[in-house]
Amino acid sequence: MTMAPHQAGPAGPETHTGPALHADALTVQFGGLIAVNGVSFTIPRYGIVSLIGPNGAGKTTFFNALTGLYKLASGQVLLDGRNITGLPPHKIAARGMARTFQNIRLFGLMTAEENVKVAMHGHLKSGVFSTILRLPWQRKEERAAHDEALELLDFVGVSKAAGEYARNLSYGDQRRLEVARALALRPSVLLLDEPTAGMNPRESAIFTEFVHRVRDEKKVSILLIEHDMSVVMRVSERITVLDRGEMIAEGGPEDIRSNERVIEAYLGKSGTEASRDR
Amino acid sequence: MADIATVAPPVTRKPRLAVKAGLGWPLGLLVAAVALFLFYYLDKYFRGSIPTPLHDLMAYWLPLIKINEALVYVMAALGLNVVVGYAGLLDLGFVAFWAIGGYTAGWLMSDIFHGVNFHFLTSAFTDAHKTPGIHISWWLVLIAAALVCALAGVLVGAPTLRLRSDYLALVTLGFGEIIPEIFYNGDNVAGVNISNGTQGIQPVDAVRFFTFDDTGKLVWGDLDTFADLPRFIIFCGLVAVVMFASLRLRDGKLGRAWLAIREDELAASAMGVPLMRTKLSAYSVGAVAGGIAGAAFAVHVAGVLPDRFRFDISITLLAMVVLGGMGNVWGVTIGALVLAWTNSTALPNFQDLLDSSGDSASAARLVGGILVGVGVVLLALGIALLSRQRAGLFPIYLGTLVVAVGVLLSIKGPSLSFQFLVFGGILVMMMLFRREGLIPEARTKLVLREPGRTEAEALGSDLEDNSPELEALPDAIVHAGGDIEGKTS
Repeated sequence: MTMAPHQAGPAGPETHTGPALHADALTVQFGGLIAVNGVSFTIPRYGIVSLIGPNGAGKTTFFNALTGLYKLASGQVLLDGRNITGLPPHKIAARGMARTFQNIRLFGLMTAEENVKVAMHGHLKSGVFSTILRLPWQRKEERAAHDEALELLDFVGVSKAAGEYARNLSYGDQRRLEVARALALRPSVLLLDEPTAGMNPRESAIFTEFVHRVRDEKKVSILLIEHDMSVVMRVSERITVLDRGEMIAEGGPEDIRSNERVIEAYLGKSGTEASRDR
Repeated sequence: MADIATVAPPVTRKPRLAVKAGLGWPLGLLVAAVALFLFYYLDKYFRGSIPTPLHDLMAYWLPLIKINEALVYVMAALGLNVVVGYAGLLDLGFVAFWAIGGYTAGWLMSDIFHGVNFHFLTSAFTDAHKTPGIHISWWLVLIAAALVCALAGVLVGAPTLRLRSDYLALVTLGFGEIIPEIFYNGDNVAGVNISNGTQGIQPVDAVRFFTFDDTGKLVWGDLDTFADLPRFIIFCGLVAVVMFASLRLRDGKLGRAWLAIREDELAASAMGVPLMRTKLSAYSVGAVAGGIAGAAFAVHVAGVLPDRFRFDISITLLAMVVLGGMGNVWGVTIGALVLAWTNSTALPNFQDLLDSSGDSASAARLVGGILVGVGVVLLALGIALLSRQRAGLFPIYLGTLVVAVGVLLSIKGPSLSFQFLVFGGILVMMMLFRREGLIPEARTKLVLREPGRTEAEALGSDLEDNSPELEALPDAIVHAGGDIEGKTS
């Protein structure tokens, strides 16, 4: 079966020519603490962009705000040109924003295939009665879901483990399965939260190719949060740097590499001087 | 490294064991039902064909009326299993739906609304006597009870399901108390008597179905008080329907969403699963089964009595689900049958046997003596075990308890009923030694007995580095454990 990644919504990326995602002056507040302060951010259509910053910079908070887990204090988010500000997470997901989690959050006691199928929830139309009676259209739909799930598992390279419980997969396979599950939403934007955490350098290298393949074959725009600088520099077309909830830099990998504010944020003031001395 | 292979589960584990493992369970239960039917059919209409000792034994230990009651429990437990086992929502007030289903049957099948006079496909008796009130065929009432309970599930669920775990449990506990209480005091709701208060609604019309005449011939007619055999068939059919529906639902879109919510609510919502609606559907589907059980119970006892809907029914149902094996339809069925039988037949019979064996005071003393003996053995066992493992503490606790009860029994004499003590004891033992239930769902067993792979790795194992090599090796070598280290490094 061939994949049709964007048959989902009528206002899919085909009909929208602007950026895949545009976040305008997002602010997230926890009590008196401002975790993200007026950050504006754009993911170009089919672009691969990264969000970096030292620990506690507000990267994951920003992610959670985009996907609707946190309420925004101000600002708005446009996905494929449509305003998704304030929608509950499941609606944002259904509109085409898929994500993975920093600490893997698979459904451990469901098989890999079932994990992927859960994310198809919004695409499947069968109700209680057609499921109980296993009516022809429900069977057809389930068969199609099965094929699509296997295709996705094959795409990320864990098809051998389709029938295994997710908790029994190796760490790397769990990461891949999370991507397959996110892709099952047929998203237009894919958010990857520290996807190479816990990978060795060889696996990280393979991962950069994988990200490109996902973008090219599944036609998604990708936003990465990443710690591993070698991965970030190799994979990203644009990089945004956050520090203490504020955006301190934005640009291509080369600009960021030489940006003083970024170096300062990562290494501290004295670190900047040290690097200048060299 | 040696114990990694035992920790990492075998690669060949089959998914969805309970469903795909074939027809073992349904066939087994079918054979048991047919055998019971044949026995009781012969027993009732061809008395000579069953030897008297066997008749006495069955009549004492497995009376048909108690089997029917157990089947009603099975329906309700399967409904609760959808809520607790599939969706992971702890519900301590499930008896409310049982009550609503029961009262729906009461309203539509009795003379409680005697101002109205409505008959529709009802029993021959009410037709002949032109009884006042609403009288509708029980088969239609079943559907009505299911619909009313589905609606009640949504109404009760909408405000409560926003809560999580402990908070949800408390609120459902409240609803489980409120709804029976409404019926208890419902003899004057704005001038209308909806429940007859403490007396309940009696009698409820008979079901019209195939039954047997005095010679055992199949006829069409009302099922009177003694027609337990046709009711047995009907209840078996209803149980089969509820089982079938829960198995099918679990394999579909909704079942996956329920399981996903049970596993990780946040991840499920990020994958496009609407939490509220999915939880409500679990609640509603469960309530439908509860309502069907309520309507069935109403014709089983030919009445609706408010003191039948107490809190302890909710707890018993929950115990059936947990003991049987949460999420596993077959386990829950067996758990419900066993617990219902233990409660209704086995424990009263034991008590009865003890009481009737001569002087009841001396019988109690005998039991007391036996208990003291058992307790002492347990204590000794516990102390012996304690030197090696902490599990030894349990026999010590239990032994102390048993000795105390034994001493109490020997002193206090006959008035002490130990039924609930034994029942509670069984529950405690089960939870300590077989937490996953009698017939666990494969998933539940996994999580209780083995750590997950990443968990195991977090404990300091280096399975990750070896995984490509592990995959290349045949299973036999992988399971051999210790050999891997030597071959790959």
